[in-house]
Amino acid sequence: MKPAPFDYIRAGSVDESLDALHELGDEARILAGGQSLAAMLNMRLVRPTALIDISGLRELDRAETRDDAIEVGAACTQAALSHRLSREGRHPLLEAALPHVGHYQTRSRGTVCGSIAHADPSAELPLCLMALGGEVLLRSRQKRRRVPAEAFFLGVISTACAPDEMIEAVRFPLPKPAYGYAFDEVSRRHGDFALAAFAAIAGPRTIRMAVGGVADRPVSREWPMLEGAALDDALNAFAWELRGQDDQHATAAYRRGLVRKVGRRVIEEAMRCRG
Amino acid sequence: MPRLKAGQRHEVAFTLNGVAVRGEAEPRMLLTDFLRHVIGVTGTHVGCEHGVCGACTIRLDGVATRGCLLFAVQVAGRDVKTVEGLGGSDGRLSPLQEAFRRNHALQCGFCTAGILMSLDDFLEKNPSPTEPEVREVLSGHLCRCTGYTGIVRAALETAKGNADA
Amino acid sequence: MNEVAAELAREEAYTGRPLKRVEDAALLTGRGRFIDDLPSSAGTLHAAILRSPHAHAELVSIDAAEALKMAGVAAVITRKDVTALTRPFTVGVRQPMQHWCLAVDRVRYVGEPVAVVLARDRYLAEDALDAISVEYRPLPPVIDPERAARADAPLLHPDVGANVVSDRSFAYGDPEAAFAEAPHVVGTTIRYPRNSVTPIECFGMIADWRPDDGTYEITTHFQGPFALHPVMALALKVPGTKVRIRTPPDSGGSYGVKQGVVPYAVLMAVAARVAGRPVKWIEDRLEHLSAASSATNRVTRIEAAVAEDGRVTALRYDQLEDCGAYLKAPEPATLYRMHGTLTGAYQIPNLTVRNRVVLTNKTPTGLNRGFGGPQVYYALERLMHRIADELGLDRLEVIRRNLVPKEAMPYRAAAGSLYDSGDYAATVDLAIGEGRLVGLLARREKARKEGRLYGIGFAAVVEPSVSNMGYITTVLTAEEREKAGPKDGAVASATVALDPLGGVSVAVASTPQGQGHRTVLSQVVADVFGLRPEDVSVTVELDTARDAWSIAAGNYSSRFAAAVAGTAHLAAMRLRDRLAPIAAQRLNVPAEEIVFSGGKVAARSNPENSLSFHRLAGASHWSPGTLGDGVDPALRETAFWSPPELAAPDRGDVINSSAAYGFIFDMCGVEVDRDTGKVSIDRYVTAHDAGRLLNPALADGQVRGAFANAVGAAFYEEFAYGEDGRCLNGTFADYLVPTACEVPEPEILHMACPSPFTPLGAKGIGEGNCMSTPVCLANAVADALGVSDIDLPLSPAQVMALIEPNEPPPPHAAAVEAREPGRALSGEGTATIAATPDEIWRAILDPASLARLLPGCERLEAIDENTYAADVTVRVGPVTGRYTARVRLSELQPPHSLRLDGDGGGTLGTGSGTAWIVLQPADGSTRIEYRWEAEAGGKVAAVGGRMLESAARLLIRQMLQRLEVGAAPAAKRPWWRKHLPLGKGR
Repeated sequence: MKPAPFDYIRAGSVDESLDALHELGDEARILAGGQSLAAMLNMRLVRPTALIDISGLRELDRAETRDDAIEVGAACTQAALSHRLSREGRHPLLEAALPHVGHYQTRSRGTVCGSIAHADPSAELPLCLMALGGEVLLRSRQKRRRVPAEAFFLGVISTACAPDEMIEAVRFPLPKPAYGYAFDEVSRRHGDFALAAFAAIAGPRTIRMAVGGVADRPVSREWPMLEGAALDDALNAFAWELRGQDDQHATAAYRRGLVRKVGRRVIEEAMRCRG
Repeated sequence: MPRLKAGQRHEVAFTLNGVAVRGEAEPRMLLTDFLRHVIGVTGTHVGCEHGVCGACTIRLDGVATRGCLLFAVQVAGRDVKTVEGLGGSDGRLSPLQEAFRRNHALQCGFCTAGILMSLDDFLEKNPSPTEPEVREVLSGHLCRCTGYTGIVRAALETAKGNADA
Repeated sequence: MNEVAAELAREEAYTGRPLKRVEDAALLTGRGRFIDDLPSSAGTLHAAILRSPHAHAELVSIDAAEALKMAGVAAVITRKDVTALTRPFTVGVRQPMQHWCLAVDRVRYVGEPVAVVLARDRYLAEDALDAISVEYRPLPPVIDPERAARADAPLLHPDVGANVVSDRSFAYGDPEAAFAEAPHVVGTTIRYPRNSVTPIECFGMIADWRPDDGTYEITTHFQGPFALHPVMALALKVPGTKVRIRTPPDSGGSYGVKQGVVPYAVLMAVAARVAGRPVKWIEDRLEHLSAASSATNRVTRIEAAVAEDGRVTALRYDQLEDCGAYLKAPEPATLYRMHGTLTGAYQIPNLTVRNRVVLTNKTPTGLNRGFGGPQVYYALERLMHRIADELGLDRLEVIRRNLVPKEAMPYRAAAGSLYDSGDYAATVDLAIGEGRLVGLLARREKARKEGRLYGIGFAAVVEPSVSNMGYITTVLTAEEREKAGPKDGAVASATVALDPLGGVSVAVASTPQGQGHRTVLSQVVADVFGLRPEDVSVTVELDTARDAWSIAAGNYSSRFAAAVAGTAHLAAMRLRDRLAPIAAQRLNVPAEEIVFSGGKVAARSNPENSLSFHRLAGASHWSPGTLGDGVDPALRETAFWSPPELAAPDRGDVINSSAAYGFIFDMCGVEVDRDTGKVSIDRYVTAHDAGRLLNPALADGQVRGAFANAVGAAFYEEFAYGEDGRCLNGTFADYLVPTACEVPEPEILHMACPSPFTPLGAKGIGEGNCMSTPVCLANAVADALGVSDIDLPLSPAQVMALIEPNEPPPPHAAAVEAREPGRALSGEGTATIAATPDEIWRAILDPASLARLLPGCERLEAIDENTYAADVTVRVGPVTGRYTARVRLSELQPPHSLRLDGDGGGTLGTGSGTAWIVLQPADGSTRIEYRWEAEAGGKVAAVGGRMLESAARLLIRQMLQRLEVGAAPAAKRPWWRKHLPLGKGR
């Protein structure tokens, strides 16, 4: 279980990595924390001609508040973001979700943007980005563009990032006053990919919830304020619309059940947390 | 921009347990293979090569991470610590290693090096953890022999010993 | 025995103390010596194995020419090498089926070795795997054992004429009468799943061939039983003396599994011979999980004849054992290991058994911790709970009423096991005592009052240890056994030696993998000589060319404490008996007066009259001439010991399958989450009687380890297969080993009824919880949910389906696919495309445009009418796989409907699929209705199972998008590429 051959390019700057991407396009992969990519390389599921290592780029190792969002650079690790958030206590949803991302030993090196780029349908960070209506900042040698989460995730491990583009940063909108946030997931073991994961945001007049691990990408829905049976009905409809699948870990029916029950629990938790 | 070509070996120099080491590696060579078979330091073990079992965990610039998800060329110029760097140079066991021995926290010993490196990092940053916190960190490791009881005890005992000292 | 016990009770005895381990210093500092740590000779080649992506296929051709041209590649081993240099492995039943170390005519499971590349390093060897082209002709696979047993099932081994390769029936006592007379018959059917205590160190070996004397030398962490040594020699067509097996000092866990290195040892030995150089092979995790070994899955129908008071008067077993694609020696041992013990902890005089062994297209099975016990006790202990429920009796009371009473010991169980000692009732009392049961009942009551799902489970289990080498022959008829010659006993060996400076060393053929054998042996032998454990050095690495061993050697069936440690004790005692006369002469007292204590040898009546042990022990080296007449030198003693109770099966198939029998009583409380079906273990109590404990800390370690393995088996672990035979658990992200967050700490209690049959009174303890814990937990979950049928693993989805079998319907039935739950990949959908059916029909039927419709198609060539050969690069996100494919259009109803078939193979494995497409005109557009089924095999299926269906849907979406663009007349082909996000994601 060893990777196929590749060239290794240690980028000295973002511009250098974009030049390399421009030249190599689809043949190259960006390597940041490598916590998903390296495993796929070892299994030879991915066989790029070259890896462009951006993990050492200081300019990308940032997490800062900008225009009502936390903007996280492509070299910022999950552990670093978690550490920062728990110090500042400013983002209940991300704070709740981050401890579920992989393990202590993978969060230490795995990056926030890497998780977004990998777009595992069960992953927590894409789910949060979707729930919050965040954005992905893409950059190629020619241009920069902002892609909303809704348009970024295209399917199982597939995104809107073009071959000559890289994720420069992602933007997680800051919590809004009078809104409540909650996260929970059900996995078989601690740290496993979620069988279903939920991020809920309750506002003064709306409920928004994103679900991961059921469809082939995180999916969000927004409802006017609902309660009781109406909320059950809405969740049941949502559960079926996600078209979940059976796999060796759980049936589609089970996942639908989680949407109905745990989804509801998470929504109610978000309602309780409204400031 | 340096581009290390596939199929060729490139010199990789870094600090391993406080000592400068160097060797040659193709870009694709995993750090675990480099440590074990090029440098010849075999205490870091390989259990899955996809980042789940944790046996290969090392500290890179002080941070516990999977050795199997790193390429040797990535650690050039950096500081790597492995299980061989835990005890004293006179062969004395560190307090954590001693606690492992006292608590029968290992049987076959294959997963042990990675667990020691995780706890070495974690206890340094979290001097007085709770049991759930210790278990959470350990959930990044698979051990088939012990049922984890001794490992959890050894970690908590070490933390307590450090606090008392 | 009593003398020994008295000696062990001496105040200074080390045996029985929870000493720290001598093994740990090296293992904690990175100085262990595992197989991949050992130095290898210059020029050693590294092996990588090409494995079958198919569950069942004819092996048509193998072309390795391209691989052999690659730099660094020395050789490629294929079937022609193994047919020239080896024979098929010996099989435990008389059937015409062949298992070679490399696939010869067919592949019969995903992951079966097909070729071996030998190269300068493992990276290059894996590169070359991609360059070997293999042509397979797929055959229908059969995965489910009940289906495989049917007459119309696809045959794995056509010469056998059936997939059931053994079918034996047994009767002990008068079961028919007992069933006829019983007021109640209670039964249950169990489908026990496949799992394995996957060690964290995968398989590994270094093999060499010495042409000068024709010896194969193989260094590997083979764990025994060494009964497989002759199997290797026979396969390699050489005498046993020409197969030299050496084990490394350390092995990274085995739990039985590393018995499975045997076929690979033969394969790599052949590889080394062909290449003329040493060969090193280290299995990787994908290989291990898909193809190394597994415990058996088993379908059991069990019934009990029950009296009104809950006493069981007879048991009836019908066991269908699934051993996978080949019956790999020592199978079907899993089925027969428990044969003498099928009545468990209960005094049940009548027993009838039907045992069938069936082969399926799955990984061949082998040793695994608990070996046969989990399957048997899951059935038996579920049955005991159901008996209580159906008769309206207390569950614990039903268990108690049936327990073998202390007075009956030693007790001959119905099928022949001779339970050596035990006080089962007292052990139950120990477990439930001190308010433990009362507390559990109170917790359940409180939880239930609060509307929570809480249940209590029990399990009583007899844990056999030290297997009778003859039990496996119970699979043969008495006549067949007679022809083959009797097999019995379990010979353990140990050597104790003295060096010139008086140091004591011990060598045993116990091949440990972390159990601390060196520690325990130093304790046991130190006590014999009155030394400290640190004065005794122990080596456990084995060399079959030099060390004492027997076919029973190795580390399995929990034989260490009961057999090996006892044999070391016997060897040490013999050496002491030789030292005593020498000491007697020097101290001028009779030999009976000599005592060994505190590092000295002294006269019992006058301890001042002494000499140091070291001086005495060196005497036979330095001055054999002064030992005196009739006094033999004392240098080295090798003892062999086999329990005389282990006879071969008799004509009535009565078999004492093990030498010692421990007892376990487990009790637990669990809570089930109503919303998620997740089970949490609230309390777990496990009370053991393993006779005398030689090192209680290590014994507890064994209990905790087995308990953790059992938690895995109960809730998380399963080798699952698709109906097409694909392996669904190729990584540790999908084969779920419990972590520190999933394994609670059990409360461990001990009784000690020493075995009268083993030298130190010890019994095995390391496997019991693998037998008792899965069913104890399942009993508790069944209690919590109030259900009677429950199978493992108790995944949240499975538990939830028991809590809530029906779910609310979808709001708009039409919007949802009607699908059978299952593991096949399938789906259906509709799409509307802005083109007429005629335009779409033309786009599909024209090869040039068809090529553009297929995602990643790089070449499409007609090979027959509406049949094409294609090179396709499939992309899903960053994952890329090149496939050589065949595409066929059929059932053509222009321009209305057609069927599209595709199948192919490539570096990521195999794939095949069928789509049925219907085109309906709709206002100048076309509504496409489609239904599809797909199968996948090999790597991508094994590691990406969770995402496979999503990936298939993604590819279908890509095709539909291409169809839209390709068929719509307005579309300008040059630009569509960059406007469609077709798998270009990052």
